[in-house]
This record gives sequence, C-alpha cells and structure tokens, in this order.
Amino acid sequence: MKKDIILAGVGGQGILSIATIIGYAVVQSDLHLKQAEVHGMSQRGGAVESHLRISDKEIHSDLVPHGRSDMIISVEPMESLRYFPYLKHDGWLITNVTPFVNIPNYPEMEHLLNEIRGHKNSIAIDGDAIAKEIGSPRSMNMVILGAASPFLEIPFEMLEDSIRAVFERKGEDIVQKNLDALNRGRDFAEKYIQK
Amino acid sequence: MDKLLLLGDEALAQGALDAGLSGAYGYPGTPSTEIFEYVQRNKEAAERGVHRTWSANEKTAMEEALGMSYTGKRAIVTMKHVGLNVAADPFVNSGITGTNGGLIVAVADDPSMHSSQNEQDSRHYGRFALIPVFEPSNQQEAYNMTFDAFALSEKYKTPVVMRLVTRLSHSRAGIIRKEQLEENAIKLPENPNQFVLLPAFARQNYKNLVEKQKILEKESEESKYNVYHEGKDKSLGIIACGLGYNYVKENHVEAECEYPILKISQYPLPRKMITKMINECDEVLIVEDGMPVIEEWLRGYMDNSLNIKGRMDGTLPRVGELDPAKLRTALGLEPYPMKKIPEIVKGRPPELCKGCPHRDSYIALNEAMKKYGPGHVFADIGCYTLGFLAPFHAINSCVDMGASISMAVGAASAGLFPSIAVIGDSTFGHSGMTPLLDAVNSKANIVVFILDNSIVAMTGMQDSAVTGKIEEICAGVGVEKEHIRVIIPLKPHHEENVRIIQNEINYKGVSVIIPRRPCIHIASKMRKQK
Repeated sequence: MKKDIILAGVGGQGILSIATIIGYAVVQSDLHLKQAEVHGMSQRGGAVESHLRISDKEIHSDLVPHGRSDMIISVEPMESLRYFPYLKHDGWLITNVTPFVNIPNYPEMEHLLNEIRGHKNSIAIDGDAIAKEIGSPRSMNMVILGAASPFLEIPFEMLEDSIRAVFERKGEDIVQKNLDALNRGRDFAEKYIQK
Repeated sequence: MDKLLLLGDEALAQGALDAGLSGAYGYPGTPSTEIFEYVQRNKEAAERGVHRTWSANEKTAMEEALGMSYTGKRAIVTMKHVGLNVAADPFVNSGITGTNGGLIVAVADDPSMHSSQNEQDSRHYGRFALIPVFEPSNQQEAYNMTFDAFALSEKYKTPVVMRLVTRLSHSRAGIIRKEQLEENAIKLPENPNQFVLLPAFARQNYKNLVEKQKILEKESEESKYNVYHEGKDKSLGIIACGLGYNYVKENHVEAECEYPILKISQYPLPRKMITKMINECDEVLIVEDGMPVIEEWLRGYMDNSLNIKGRMDGTLPRVGELDPAKLRTALGLEPYPMKKIPEIVKGRPPELCKGCPHRDSYIALNEAMKKYGPGHVFADIGCYTLGFLAPFHAINSCVDMGASISMAVGAASAGLFPSIAVIGDSTFGHSGMTPLLDAVNSKANIVVFILDNSIVAMTGMQDSAVTGKIEEICAGVGVEKEHIRVIIPLKPHHEENVRIIQNEINYKGVSVIIPRRPCIHIASKMRKQK
C-alpha cells in the first residue's frame, strides 16, 4: 500500500488539521508516514501545501515526487490546480468549490470548474455549503476529508476515531459536528462514484 | 516504547531531552522555532526544571548555552541559519574555548528561502570554526543524533552543530524513543584557563583545536551516520548528504541503486571514504541540499583534478532546495510525466491578516508620507515586511534584524529627509536597541516606529522579550520622553495618528512612535486573561 497525497489550500483554511487526522490514523496502524508542511511567512493568507506520504514500506523523501501524487485534496478550487505538476494522470482531484478570494485577479469560477472537471478523476464538492447546513461552518475541511476518504485505503472507522481523539479536548459537540461533516463528505463522494 | 509522530524539529528536541538536557536557549526563526517550543511546552521538561525561556537574540542565547556548558551541564541552543550570523562571534570562539558539558548548536537552514533572506549553508560555519556538524537525513536520525552529539561534545570538549533544513524541520514521521540519560551535575572545568581567551591561552587552545581535527575526522570515518553502500556499476559514484540521500533513494524504490552511494551525515568529511569513492568511480555526483559545500572543497579552486558533477556544473540547479524530480534528471532517469499548472491559476502571496494592527499603522504612515514621495522607509524582519506588497507599498528595505534603525541613521546622515525606520517589538529587543543608541549619540534626524503587537507573530506567537518595557528602554537609551509617542493603530484614531507622525517627522532629532495593539491572534486570549 502506498498513497502520496498533496493537501492544498490558503493559510488558515485548515489543511493541517486534515493532515493531523490522517496522520493520527496512520500512526495507530503499522504504516509508515511522512508529512511535510509549511510554517512561517506563507501561512499568512498565502497558498499553502502539505505533502502527505503513507506506505507499508520505508518512505525516503519527505516530498512527493512530481508526477507521482495519487491524490490532491484541496479546500480551495484555484489552489487545487496549482499542484497539477504533482498529480498522476489518473490521480484523483478532490476539491472544495467555494473560492477564497483575497487577490484582485482571481479567475472566473466557471473557468476553474472547467479545469477541475477536465481532469478525468475529479470530485468537486461545496464543502462550505455542507458545513453550513450541519451548523458548523468551520468543519468544511472535514467535509473535504470525507469526500477524499473512499480513496485513502484507510478504514473509515479509523478516521472517525482520529476525529474523536484529536477534537476530544474541544468537547463532544465539536466532535459530533466534525464526524457529521466527515460522513456528509463521504456520502457525497460515494454517490458521485456510483454515477 | 510508544511511537511519537514528530516534526524533525520536535524529534531533535525530544532527543535532547532524553539525552539529559538541562537547558535550551534560542531565538525564534523559521524553520527552527519548533525545536525550542517543544522543550518549552514539554511537561517533563517543566518537571525537571530544564531552562526554556526565549533569549533576546541568538548571540545571547549562544553565550547562555555556553555558560551552562561551562558548569558541566548539557545545553542546546536553537536558531535559524541567519541567526548563526548574529551568534557568529560566540560560536566561533566556542570552538576555541571548547565545552565542558555537552553543547549542541541546532541550526535550521532554509534552502529555497521559504521564510528567509538568504540560503546560506551552516556547514560552512562548521568548517570555518572547526566544529563538527551532524546533518540528519530523517526524523529518527535527528532524534538519535542528539545522544551522539552530546557524547562527542563531552568526549572531545567541542560544541557540535546539528544542521537541519526546512523539509526535515517541518516534516513529521514516527519516532521510536531510546532509554533516557540522566542530566549532568555541576562540575566546573578542570583547566582554569580553558574559557579565558587571553592571547596566550587562545593560541594554545587554537593549536589544540586544529590538532583535534584529525581525531574528529577519524570519528567521522567510524560514524554510523556515514555509510558506504557498495555498488556494481562504478561509472558513477554518488556522495549524498543529509536529505539529499533520501532524494537519491526515492529514485531507486523499485530496484537497488547500481552505483556506489556514500551517505554523509557527520563532518568533518570522512576522508578515507571520499577517497575510496573518487578512486573507484569514473564520475562522482555530489548531492547537497543547500550550497555546494562539499563540491567546492573537492573541486578546489583550479577544478582540474576530478570528474565531479553537482550544483556547480549544472547537473543539479545551483540554487534552491532539492527534490526527487531534480535528482531524477541528474541521475539521467526518464522524468515522470507531469501535468502543467493551468494558466488561469494566479499567484497568491501572503498578506497581513484582516484586522492586523500593522495595516492601520501603514495606512497612517502612508498618509503622513504622501507629500515626501516614496523611498524613505527602512523596515525590518517580521510580519510587517508584508507592508511592501499591495495595497500598502509602504517600505523600501528588509535586510537583517535591526537594520531598519541603523540604515535610517545612515541615510539621515547622508541628508535623506525624512528618514523613517519601521521595526517590530521583538526585533527591536533582538537588535534594535544598539542602533537606537547610535541614533541618539549622533543626534540623527529619524523617526523610529516600534510596532508593538506584544508577541513574535510571524514565527507563531512566541513571547517578546520587551513587552511592557519599550518606552523605558527608549528613554533609558536617551530618547527624549516627549518624543516617545504611543499611538493606537485603529481607524477611529487615524486622524490623530497622522498628526502625531507629521509632528514627529518635523521634530529635528530622534523620535520614537509606538503603535500599540496586540496581534489579532492573541487579542482574544489576552482579553480572556483579563
């Protein structure tokens, strides 16, 4: 088993929490993990990425090699495209479609969606809308993780356990909302795959 | 023991704690910050009473760590690569005094300058100061090496550099811990001359240091971190340092590499191993994540002795961090097919947060400066450097910690009016007080903005050394009290702030304006505490 994942978004959108949840699940198993992330200046509203590598064998590089990523998980539509050079041709692109607009020349949404759907294996999901629906706008990142979960080859229950463990300190309500978000994302992706 | 999931920085910190650390010293700087923070937040470190207060800058941190080593206890000092420039004086001399208790100088380099002003390579400093360097290639090595670094330090009475790079500092992996060592008790140096660098003793110490290199080289030959992997195909040999080794291995996941590989993670260089590779291989590829340090040494100035490939002949790019794809090209392997970034994707640079006090400070400063035109504002290292970007375009320089004030002094003495400095509170504590003294002594006509957000914001909310002391420091240095002005960087105060700035620009002498409002990331926490 080997999964090379690029997590993408804008500083402050919560991609590191996605990495933490997956990382926690992986460490509970016998799999190897390396996860490179960005700290410092770029975190202030700029483009951020994290490289997440999971394998049943020893992992050498902390960075995913270009052209070898199995999956891009993005919490922002334009950012999902920035890391195309990493993605395998048949890799999965799972992205939120609510844009984070903090630059004057942000592209047209229609053009972005065309590019995203132009990639053969893509799931475009409105994570922000679903998170709002369940009354927890900040759980958008867990909706996106849920949508990516069918492709992760990590048992879904382990991701749920991770959420319980990682969010425990914040109280049962937060745990439930994030579990809810995860499940809603998963349902969306599964319906999409069946089509 | 349990497997811990740790950043490279944290693995190093946990290793130091487990290897009997008594004190951590440092100044925040990406990508090194998490080493110190890990010790600071560690429950056991608190119970043991391990020293873990941030220092004012890297120089004082280095000296404080040397002071702990003097007593016989084990110390670590942490900084980013450019911080070692600040600490260079005590660092180089600590090689000459040598150590008593184990001393690790943990320096995190930033190839590709993700959050830095340059990509200098700390291995240069190791060679320059004749101080051994460890360069871990993964998180487990970062953990394990602290034990060996303290042991080497105490055996040969030398500080040891642990050189990390961004991609190790900020990458997580599982760590298996070792059995803990006890801390040392106080035991002062046997030789009373050791730390007294009067010329007569310094000459003797320096001679000893030079002598010591032979035995340190032998240690490198025998180190478990320097490994010669034999290979059948001797048309190429690969010398791979630190993370460079991983990128070589990444390209040989399916099949063993057919070329000999020399993995180097301990310096001074293991001469015999290098010689073996040079002798048995037609060509040698040198893979270094950072500057071409080894490559330059081996090529020499005349560059005519060996068939060496690396960053200096274009086999690998001369600048920037390495990655698996760059190695793939250098190894002559077919590149993996790569999709292009669609053209509609636009750059998204970092920006000052919504509600950041620096925004209001720059809006007021820009208005006051309108009539003078651009080119008058010297800034410094911190979040506020982002004031260079749109929509502010408020600053004209960012060089090194504290340079805002000194450059403003220099420009003012050349006749530039107005001459403005913009510096953050922690940067002021780090290196701004001494140039402010220069300004007072030379009666420089400058206005210094000390942006006080009560925290070291850019590196992730560390305590600022000067919180609650800034006005007193300025007055103590000799700035006149009526020209130390505290303003509140908020919209309702805008008109008043612009007026104050204009008045202080018109005052002929040193003025200090302190826009004071906590960073939005700590503001709510501070309200709760009240």
